[in-house]
Amino acid sequence: MLIVLLLLIPLLGGLLTMFTTEKVAGPIAMLAGLATLGIAIATYIQYTNGYDLMVNHSWIEYLGARFTVGFDHGDGLAILMMMLTAIVFPLIFISLINKQPERQNTFYGLMLFAQVGLMGVFLAKDALLFYVFWEIALIPVYFLSSMYGGPRRIPVTFKFFIYTFAGSLIMLVAILLIYRHAPIRSFSWDSFVSVGSAMNAGEQSWLFWMMFIAFAIKMPVFPFHTWQPAAYEQSATPVTVVLSAIMVKMGLFAVIRWLLPVIPAGSLQWMNLVILLSVISIVYASCMAIVQTNIKRMIAYSSIAHIGLMSAAIFSHQLLGLQGVAIQMFNHGITIAGLWMMVHIIENRLGTQDLREMGGVAKVAPAFTIGLVVMSLANIALPLTNGFIGEFMMFNGLFKTASVYHVWFTVVAGLGIILAAVYTLNMIQKVAYGPEGSRVPSFADLKINEMIVMVLIVMMILVLGFYPKIMMDLIYVQPW
Amino acid sequence: MMFAGIVLKKTAQVQGVAIIGAIVLLAGAIFDLNLVSVESHTYFNMIELNAYSAKFNVLITFCVLVYFMLFSKDIAAVGKSDADYFALLFFVMCGVFLLSTYSNLLVLFLGIEILSIPQYILAGSDKKNIKSNEASLKYFLMGAFSTGILLMGITLIYGATGSFDIFNEGFIRQFQHVSGLSALSFAGVLLLVISFGFKVSAAPMHFWTPDVYDGTPTAFTPFMATIAKVSVFIAFIRLFHFSFGNISTDWQAAIAGMIVLTLLIGNITAVYQQSVKRMLAYSSIAQAGFMLFAIFAFNTTSWKGLMLYSVVYTLASLGVFSVLIKMKDYTYEGFNGLAKKEPVLAATAAICLLSLAGIPLTGGFFAKYFVLSAAVEQGKWIGLVIFAVLMAAVSAYYYFRLLRSMYFTEGDAELKNLPTTVEKVLLIINAAIVILLGVLPGIIENVTG
Repeated sequence: MLIVLLLLIPLLGGLLTMFTTEKVAGPIAMLAGLATLGIAIATYIQYTNGYDLMVNHSWIEYLGARFTVGFDHGDGLAILMMMLTAIVFPLIFISLINKQPERQNTFYGLMLFAQVGLMGVFLAKDALLFYVFWEIALIPVYFLSSMYGGPRRIPVTFKFFIYTFAGSLIMLVAILLIYRHAPIRSFSWDSFVSVGSAMNAGEQSWLFWMMFIAFAIKMPVFPFHTWQPAAYEQSATPVTVVLSAIMVKMGLFAVIRWLLPVIPAGSLQWMNLVILLSVISIVYASCMAIVQTNIKRMIAYSSIAHIGLMSAAIFSHQLLGLQGVAIQMFNHGITIAGLWMMVHIIENRLGTQDLREMGGVAKVAPAFTIGLVVMSLANIALPLTNGFIGEFMMFNGLFKTASVYHVWFTVVAGLGIILAAVYTLNMIQKVAYGPEGSRVPSFADLKINEMIVMVLIVMMILVLGFYPKIMMDLIYVQPW
Repeated sequence: MMFAGIVLKKTAQVQGVAIIGAIVLLAGAIFDLNLVSVESHTYFNMIELNAYSAKFNVLITFCVLVYFMLFSKDIAAVGKSDADYFALLFFVMCGVFLLSTYSNLLVLFLGIEILSIPQYILAGSDKKNIKSNEASLKYFLMGAFSTGILLMGITLIYGATGSFDIFNEGFIRQFQHVSGLSALSFAGVLLLVISFGFKVSAAPMHFWTPDVYDGTPTAFTPFMATIAKVSVFIAFIRLFHFSFGNISTDWQAAIAGMIVLTLLIGNITAVYQQSVKRMLAYSSIAQAGFMLFAIFAFNTTSWKGLMLYSVVYTLASLGVFSVLIKMKDYTYEGFNGLAKKEPVLAATAAICLLSLAGIPLTGGFFAKYFVLSAAVEQGKWIGLVIFAVLMAAVSAYYYFRLLRSMYFTEGDAELKNLPTTVEKVLLIINAAIVILLGVLPGIIENVTG
């Protein structure tokens, strides 16, 4: 029942906000977001106490597709992702209190619909349901990114949409092919795992690429990343939070849950190539991040670099690596959400995204700077921030990869850490220190709602950095 | 209906009679459903009403009812002889029912002709508009040509089998690999494929479609693009799956070729269109390409797929056309800013466009899913499915272009006349059904048994 509520509350909230008056839209959305968070925490507690949390309803009899959502024993990663989705959305809503977007009904309604789709991707244990939610998450984000944002948002978002859509359609064909091999018509995860792993190497090879294309575009991994920097730059920053903190995790999650177990031989066969692409992503994106002058583009490239590391660690096929990815997915989500919200504050106060026009914010807004610096340090994976433990485990797993090139992969990926420090510290210096930018003196420090968000995120960064055991317990079993 | 025009003076009354007629037809079709669940009925070996026919009849009559409710005012506004237009539409329906239940090739011919000839007249019904005249002439010439090919095919098959009865033992025996397929029957089957291709506007026999759909008065284009086309598909699948099923490997190659060309030409040309009406015409060619998958794949899923596709495609197209018909300017720029001016129109059109593009949560996704799944099920030519899926992504471009004009571009969309509340409610119900079919596609099964 709780599981269904996780999907139902944002859906009803979204419908309500769309059809009520402007004034009530914000509060209703906040209520829906907080209610979902409450249910998520309740679900987490029930999961750790070993309750059965599966919902299995008949949906399309003829196809054997069932409405199967929920968490089995060993679904720690899905729980983490559900918590991430439930946490980030209320944080976004809180951060918007002092600067509401135009047409609040539409904005909050679409945000909540996006939450339904994202939640569903992490909850679904039926392949067709998973696909449906995958696409459902895309449509509200398409509308949000096209309605709110920079001047070039419409063609950029359109490119993002078509690119992702084409990839997902190819994944659909792969799902159909696997489904066809099942002796009993079923889309359930268990059926897919048993059918897929039984297929011969040649077929698995094809299926791997058909499915991986969709995830590679979503994550994104070099060379399918070209849609991302522009899309992140042009969309309105609250929407960028959703894109960067949660949507990319959809791609990683799908690889762990729907690609590795279902197409094991294929994943092993192409492991080296995928890790190579991921490692190239890391270095390429980090280098690009260093030379950016637009803060949003810089963080976008930094995101690609982080995702590259996670993707490489997934394909290491090592338990430690996979567990590291699970932790990092949650931590990166929180950290990057915080960073984007800091960028949102910069945008609003200074009216610019250009790093060259900023500077000296530390003197004028010390609280803001503390938040920015802590989140940036978490981005670099400084020990005692939440970003460290995940990176450490991932590098461990990457080093243990059963591949001839495992040392090379780890060394080049390790460059990513250094480069991350370069661009992040560069960003901090350009924003917070140095000569004052022209509009900086009027930079008001954090308002109450922004302070709440910043404190919550910094707390999470530090608590999870000091005591990551909370998360480790969840994923001690294999992350799928 | 025709005579209603003489008796009833007011247009509204004529429209009322039409809608009542459609409701009566629907009731009759539903009654037939019960009939069929007991046994299938045959009339003089010419017509056979089996389960699929009865299901299709109910679905198509429902679609016609929706069409009448959405468009009756616009149909009457085309010209002075409004009762005649409705009468012609009902004649077309007669052809539709013949096509869904024929068991004799002569009845097939009869059905195709009864389907087409009133459409030739309807295409030209806007007498003062030269594009309408052009459309009617083009349609008539191409239609007559394709009917000629149909007759040639039927004749060759008659020559090979000695019978017109498609369910006859002797007939089906001719079309098996065991006894060898004579050149006569093979040529007949191919000619039938080509002639059906003409009627459903599959490439390379699609060249008449854009001009005809564009020239026809916008009140009739949706009917031609959806209900008439879908009925021919049912006739197509009926013949090919029941009678020619055993030699499916022979004609599947031809249909595969048609699918590739249709999807390619339909989608790529639609991308370049500047007029929304013409874009919808090309989009109907592309959608026909997907429906051809149901013919191509020879299994039960393809029947279900075709039924679902028919309903979903019809309702979604009717939704988009009923917004189009209210606009003054049929180009994309004419839709700019529609979302601000008329949010209900824009929202329902958006849902129908998403359905046509095949986005999940709308019926269009499951329609495409079923037909593609049928193709995957029969195992051969998987590359065709991947190609179709890529073309679906291309199709998203032109559907979303319209979405973009409506929602994200500033402009003053001009409407011919403001929609009434009744019209808005009907559009909302239409969109709601599209979403319902997207969430629970099994409903078609449950409703029609």
